[in-house]
Amino acid sequence: MKRFSGDISLVFGGAAGMGVRTVETLLVAVLKREGYNVFACKEYMSRIRGGSNSTSIRITNKKRTAFVNRIDFLFAMDRDVIAHLQERITKDSVVLGERERICPSTDGLGRVSDECCVIDVPFARFARELGNPIYTNTVTVGVALGILRADEKFFEEYLREHFTRKGEEVVKNNISAAQKGYAFGKHIAYHEGIEVHLTKNKAVANEILLDGTKALGLGALAAHCNYISSYPMSPGTGVLTFLSQHGKDFGIVVDQAEDEIAAINQGLGAWYAGARAMVTTSGGGFDLMAEGVSLSGIIETPIVVHIGQRPGPATGLPTRTEQADLNLVLYAGHGEFPRAIFAPGTSEEAFFVMQQAFHIADKYQIPVFVLSDQYFLDSVKSLPRKNLQNVKSKNYIIKTAADYKRYVLIDDGVSPRGVPGYGEGLVGVDSDEHDEAAHITESDAVRKAMHEKRLRKMLGVCADAIAPTEIGDPKNANTLVVVWGSNRGVLEEALEILAHDDMAGLHFCQIYPLSKKTKKLLAKKKIVVLENNFSGQFANLLKSEYGVKIWRNLLQYNGSPFAVEDVVQRLKRLL
Amino acid sequence: MLDKKLYDMPHNTDMAWCPGCGNFPILNIVKMALSELDIPPQKAVICSGIGQAAKAPHYLRVNYFNGLHGRALPPAIAIKAVNPKLTVIAESGDGDTYGEGGNHFLHTIRRNPNIANIVHDNMIYGLTKGQASPTSEKGLKNPLQPAGVIIEQFNPLAVALACGATFVSRAFSGDIVQTKEIIKAAIKHEGYALVDVFQPCVVFNKQNTYQWFKEKTYYVDENYDKTDKLKALEIAFDLERLALGVIYQVTGKPTYETLVREGDAPLYETKTNQKELENLIDAYK
Repeated sequence: MKRFSGDISLVFGGAAGMGVRTVETLLVAVLKREGYNVFACKEYMSRIRGGSNSTSIRITNKKRTAFVNRIDFLFAMDRDVIAHLQERITKDSVVLGERERICPSTDGLGRVSDECCVIDVPFARFARELGNPIYTNTVTVGVALGILRADEKFFEEYLREHFTRKGEEVVKNNISAAQKGYAFGKHIAYHEGIEVHLTKNKAVANEILLDGTKALGLGALAAHCNYISSYPMSPGTGVLTFLSQHGKDFGIVVDQAEDEIAAINQGLGAWYAGARAMVTTSGGGFDLMAEGVSLSGIIETPIVVHIGQRPGPATGLPTRTEQADLNLVLYAGHGEFPRAIFAPGTSEEAFFVMQQAFHIADKYQIPVFVLSDQYFLDSVKSLPRKNLQNVKSKNYIIKTAADYKRYVLIDDGVSPRGVPGYGEGLVGVDSDEHDEAAHITESDAVRKAMHEKRLRKMLGVCADAIAPTEIGDPKNANTLVVVWGSNRGVLEEALEILAHDDMAGLHFCQIYPLSKKTKKLLAKKKIVVLENNFSGQFANLLKSEYGVKIWRNLLQYNGSPFAVEDVVQRLKRLL
Repeated sequence: MLDKKLYDMPHNTDMAWCPGCGNFPILNIVKMALSELDIPPQKAVICSGIGQAAKAPHYLRVNYFNGLHGRALPPAIAIKAVNPKLTVIAESGDGDTYGEGGNHFLHTIRRNPNIANIVHDNMIYGLTKGQASPTSEKGLKNPLQPAGVIIEQFNPLAVALACGATFVSRAFSGDIVQTKEIIKAAIKHEGYALVDVFQPCVVFNKQNTYQWFKEKTYYVDENYDKTDKLKALEIAFDLERLALGVIYQVTGKPTYETLVREGDAPLYETKTNQKELENLIDAYK
């Protein structure tokens, strides 16, 4: 008898090309339609076929957006996934696999562990009975839904919607595959005494399902992005693909750059001419853009760069997750000039922060960075439509008069920005040190004035900084756990589990410059910083900005996201 | 025809070029070309990188993007796509365009944006004081290679042709009228137009002098078939007799701007389709 109540973790794993992703897409969409809170998070190898990839799908009563190690059900689409995930399989896990696939020998399914329950499920056999192994994924989803005792009709509706264009035969076969799987799933649940209790919510059924990539992409659209030039690099490519797919509908110029240097220089040319451009990449690609960042700084032309972080150095783990490029993004580009850095932790923040990035870049004529990571970009969750907030956009471009000077020395440092061809004036920008008219200068006095003008803009950027999100009661708790970027969900859940009055949290979705409120929030607290890197980069930033002492660093840098169980355990030891 | 004085900077403008530099006539030619083509300063943008040649945009009245070394072409592509009504010229030296910017040279040509790419080719690095450039002749003695350049000379015309350039030409700064006509043709050409302009560097290149160019170069005659690509390649590979003029031109190929966007309204005039965005978000239910 196995009882699951309120929180269940289904993991699907197999070789690349077997359909792990397809299963995730189908199952998550169908469950959400029925009103279940779902959270899916994938891990995969840097290859197109073979290897071992998996997706972990949580279904919870309360909305959760964090990864758990625990596996309640493992759908083993091949044999290798069992060894690959063995650290997460316990005696309480139920492993479902096809005898002929996961263990070819005749003595039954090989022992995964001596204790856990292994069930033979004829995924592929059912598909073959319907005439094509391609239906295996549909069968698999059916089995999962059967075990969960979910409502079949949502799956059938979904299959009909998605396969209508392939003809009635395909639709019919998929529905049969689903039904076969579903019946078998129900049978397993009955036979093994598996009971699943999960609440459904009508409101969830009407929510939108997004991964981090889509949330950022939609945010870019909401920000009126109309130009993107980028070079494909995991995990940043998704945003480029998203914008290319919608390019025509939204009038976006999409260019696949020959290299990352071209990408950022195109972006700057685009802004110079009056467009709103972004670039997307990962750490290694961003390394190549450093001079372009410096260029943005001196020509005072906006640019928005999205960096999807992955473990380095160099090629590192191309398809895994880390938060180790904070220092890179903070210091990239020789010389001194203002910048801002955002790091969203939820889909809502991604949508909002992307707009804010364009707004700040435009308002202050500076480079602005949006940091995400593979875990964030690939995690799927649902959210209410109304949570997507629009940032009111303002036009900062001016029509130039005949005597226009691009870099007029001005109190707040922001010289009004004209664009070529709009007005009587001429618009020049110059990577050399320059005078007000944008011409090359070697005068030390002009250099001093111009440099101070540029750096003065930082005051405005700081004033516009977003305050951190308070989790629990940070004002009264003595211990503050600080996170940034994708770790908001895991901290929220861990703190809720610990339910300790004296421990609260802060999440930063803008990590540079830090909001003025930060100093007061951190004062006189025991500060714990949790992040996915080795050196405690954000902790170091807090130290250097505020001189605060960091009590503990909770670090992870193995390519995987923090698991709720690990965070709970590590925080507990601190109490 | 606009008054050439429209493009003139104030009389006391300090110009950081050496007396006798080929950059002076080229600057003058560009002003004449723009005025004869009726392109006012407000409607032209010159993108340049870094080097002596790349200072050119500072010495005439025009919009300009004086960016990084080797990186004149990417902004030029973007500016033209964002506002196709602007005349966009990318202007830099041979080191900037063919060395540091080599990758952009290859792939910009493939896109065929409607820009004129004027390369001041003095076959040396002037501003950094005399090192070899990609177009330096083999054997040229210079500060970094006292025994002379040991690797093959870069052939911009041949490379441009191989990448699919729709307009390939060479000029000589000593011939004002002819160079002006070539540059005008390049600006008028609908697509990427390369003008490799030979010029002497009086301070650092003692080999490829004004006299040397005068003796080595000749103009393709008026009956020359500009659409014959193989003939153009043959000419490009001839390092003994250096052809001047438009050696290749085809028209009717789509320009990059027409491939990546609709219409020619500047992108700062367009607004996001809110309804479309709402529909897209709803599609994620």
